Amino acid sequence: MKFGILVNEGPYQHQASDSAYQFAVAALARGHQIYRVFFYNDGVNNANKLTEPPQDDRNITRQWSALAAEHDIDMVVCVAAGMRRGIKDELLAPGFHISGLGQLIQAGIEADRLVVFGD
Amino acid sequence: MSDTQETEGKQRNVKRFMFLNRKAPYGTIYALESLEVVLIGAAFDQDVSLVFVDDGVYQLKKGQQSKGIGQKNFSPTYRALEDYDVEKLYVERESLEARGLTAEDLLVPARVLGAAELGALMEAQDVVLSF
Repeated sequence: MKFGILVNEGPYQHQASDSAYQFAVAALARGHQIYRVFFYNDGVNNANKLTEPPQDDRNITRQWSALAAEHDIDMVVCVAAGMRRGIKDELLAPGFHISGLGQLIQAGIEADRLVVFGD
Repeated sequence: MSDTQETEGKQRNVKRFMFLNRKAPYGTIYALESLEVVLIGAAFDQDVSLVFVDDGVYQLKKGQQSKGIGQKNFSPTYRALEDYDVEKLYVERESLEARGLTAEDLLVPARVLGAAELGALMEAQDVVLSF
């Protein structure tokens, strides 16, 4: 199956991004495809390359980057939501890119399922 | 969905999108940013429904005055949705009643449905975007 994933919460504050990541890992392990991961609302903060948690904690941003590199996943940060929160090109970790909300609607159209992770 | 609609849907790749709005209009940004997705999504000619449940029903409340909290009152945008051909608005009856509201308190025409009916409507969707 081809999944789209929407992440609507920032890292650490909320479980949503962790759950979305774990879902993506599990889906890929079972042979499914991830059509796109779209970051919206405070979810855009997951793309911040300056993210630096304590050393004994997971680095959520780096996890997403590594997953995207390994499986060639399209990770889109909403331009409007990103601008509001200061998440711009120069702040993006590897694998993330900025585009419009149309990419979210497109994921809804193209994927077999769009799974929303939020509050 | 009739056979004709289904055929048209497949030809034009039309999916049923439901925007499920659950939060109060102010206090968090969910309502505003949900509306922003709806407006962009309208350009894609999909079959769009908006549903308002829980505190989300307050998004459609008449007479919003947000100046006191230094925020823009974006509620007039709901009245403009018609112009974007977004015309299917649903409000959950139980959520209205629990808050002492009726359909007359809403700033746009919306169909009032019970939770069970909304559940059936949700079941019929291809995509449910929850905010």
